[in-house]
Amino acid sequence: MKKTLILLLPLLALAGCSSSSTWGWYVINPMTASGWVNVKFLISGMGDTILISVIAAVISIALGLVVALPGLAKSRGWRMVNRVYVELVRSIPLLPMLFWVFYGLPIIFREMGMNVPIDPFWGAIITLALSDSAFTAEIYRAGIQSIAKGQTEAAQTIGLNYLQTMRYVILPQAIRRILPPLANQFIYIVKMSAFASVIGMQELTRRANELVVSEYRPLEIYTLLILEYLVLVLIISAGVRWLERRMGSDERG
Amino acid sequence: MPGNPQPDPALAIELAGVNKWYGTFHVLKDISLTVRAGEKVVICGPSGSGKSTVVRCINRLEEHQKGIIRVDGTELTNDPQSVAAIRSEVGMVFQQFNLFPHLTVLENLTLGPIKARGMSKAEAEAKAMHYLERVHIPDQARKRPGQLSGGQQQRVAIARSLCMEPKVLLFDEPTSALDPEMISEVLDVMAELAVDGMTMVVVTHEMGFARKVADQMVFMDAGEIVEQGPPEEFFGSPRSPRCQKFLSQILQH
Repeated sequence: MKKTLILLLPLLALAGCSSSSTWGWYVINPMTASGWVNVKFLISGMGDTILISVIAAVISIALGLVVALPGLAKSRGWRMVNRVYVELVRSIPLLPMLFWVFYGLPIIFREMGMNVPIDPFWGAIITLALSDSAFTAEIYRAGIQSIAKGQTEAAQTIGLNYLQTMRYVILPQAIRRILPPLANQFIYIVKMSAFASVIGMQELTRRANELVVSEYRPLEIYTLLILEYLVLVLIISAGVRWLERRMGSDERG
Repeated sequence: MPGNPQPDPALAIELAGVNKWYGTFHVLKDISLTVRAGEKVVICGPSGSGKSTVVRCINRLEEHQKGIIRVDGTELTNDPQSVAAIRSEVGMVFQQFNLFPHLTVLENLTLGPIKARGMSKAEAEAKAMHYLERVHIPDQARKRPGQLSGGQQQRVAIARSLCMEPKVLLFDEPTSALDPEMISEVLDVMAELAVDGMTMVVVTHEMGFARKVADQMVFMDAGEIVEQGPPEEFFGSPRSPRCQKFLSQILQH
């Protein structure tokens, strides 16, 4: 009982304060003209947040598989390649990697005589995809290793080569075990995309920061920001559950 | 004989002085065995005697470290082309069936012909139905392996091997994972194949089947071939004490 009360306390505080001067909901009140302009401004970052996250996730899902496969090889050399990549990339915090990609990588390209400008959009995507790929690689490896060895052997005895075995036998079975953790990673990417605000990407968090500077109502604006991420993540979760159900029924049918 | 440089065209399988180690454990000791085209060889022996390993070496699911293995005149080496060539001649039936659970029975049978042989879907399905009839379950074609009984699954696995039209079929304890009442339906199918002239190497404890079908019996213990000969001699007057003991144990019930 006591515990429940303590948990409820912050909520009560929020509700109780709503009428007092601590809260200035007018700043994002869609009923007023200026509030509506502000809300539209905040939500306008949604497109870039989604775009960055989706592209980064797609790259990470592809890159993760490429990194995972040598980790499953018989040869120690190949497995080493996988280990070094995973351990190295996994250990770099997102923000330093973002700075390195955005500010550092163009210099390397210049030194190599190539003119590859990295804008905030692609800087964010490259960083998110790279950083996430170490985790997706581990997810693939675990998922593929969970499929019984007899499946690979049977595929070999009917003449399938390595890639065909992966494509037609192993991955379709592993995907059911890979999908839920991959979805978690997608949620992680969506949240980490907030860091892109630091290099000037006009996504959700950047919009919120900009509005806070002009309106100076951090509590209300950041509350809405959090709710925006919450909605995004809830939609992804629902999508994943739908996908899992569909695949589950596939297996039974 | 070991070191014979000229492959005999009548020989389907030739093993000469084959040795294999797991680390320091010597699993196969100087295994020499020849199987003529159309011949049926039954290998028996206590568990851990290396009989499965012999069969798995013939299509490179396990690697031998010393000696020569030839299938249909082609020597099995580390060259991927030699491995692929030999696997295309050799079918394998596993103890655990190793059917692909995410595919229908028909898809299990057509995957190899379509992907590895480049056969058209219609042609592969016609062939699959032909072999499903041969193992007496054409009516199960649209089901998934999980919906079939163990005996039916193993017959599907046999049909899957036959779809690749191998010159040799290897059976690795094909009835050991089956409930007793399903053993005979699988053995019957195997006996029919034998009558049709298929070259077969069968690892099994089913001595009734062996008596009926085998041209050559092989008894293995502790990694070596202890006794070898036609079934009448083998069952009638086994020479080695180890083989006598094994047969008396296994024929008691």
